[in-house]
Amino acid sequence: MNVTINGKNDTVDGAMTVLDLLKLKDVEAPDMVSVQINGEIVEKEKFGATQIAENDEIEFLYFMGGGSRSASRVSCAGKGK
Amino acid sequence: MSASESIIVPSSIADAIAKQANAELPNEACGYLAGIDNRVELGIPMRNVDASPEHFSFDPAEQFAALKTAREAGLSLIGTYHSHPETPARMSEEDIRLAVDTSMYYAIYSVIEKKLKVFTVDAAKNVSESRVELLDAARNAR
Repeated sequence: MNVTINGKNDTVDGAMTVLDLLKLKDVEAPDMVSVQINGEIVEKEKFGATQIAENDEIEFLYFMGGGSRSASRVSCAGKGK
Repeated sequence: MSASESIIVPSSIADAIAKQANAELPNEACGYLAGIDNRVELGIPMRNVDASPEHFSFDPAEQFAALKTAREAGLSLIGTYHSHPETPARMSEEDIRLAVDTSMYYAIYSVIEKKLKVFTVDAAKNVSESRVELLDAARNAR
């Protein structure tokens, strides 16, 4: 099945839900991800029930948030990836 | 894409982050950094839906709009930034807990220190500070 994932053409095999796709793409925390299919945001509770369809344009982004309380120390300064 | 040890930030974008942080006091300000690899090309201010001096969150719909903005400019979302109005520019426990995208840079501007620092966080929640290379406008134009 041909789909577009985060702006790139991709293929997925057979029937697949949004949750299946996130696992396939090694998303470690699906509950921390927002998903949009063809311009519509998919509610998190529906990740397991929403089927991916041919030619779907799928975007996913991690939740972004934080807070200034409890400032902690850098544990591994200088370690690159 | 994975974050690296250094990040290149145009001075104009660093200045804009500082200006936004001051403008949105007493609340935390936030936004995305769009660019290529480790070079920031565009700052995208975002609304802090928490409207809090101690916390920030992005609105998912605005996140997808920012992604579209970046992509249309030929860029990727390579990091986020937020301000700490009353604490130093370092990752708080909450910042680390919510830093789930290990490919991103996490920039923090401390209003009290007037300092921008950038970090990466790996899957084991180890935090590394990235060296910030400020790029002045004249050099950036070359």
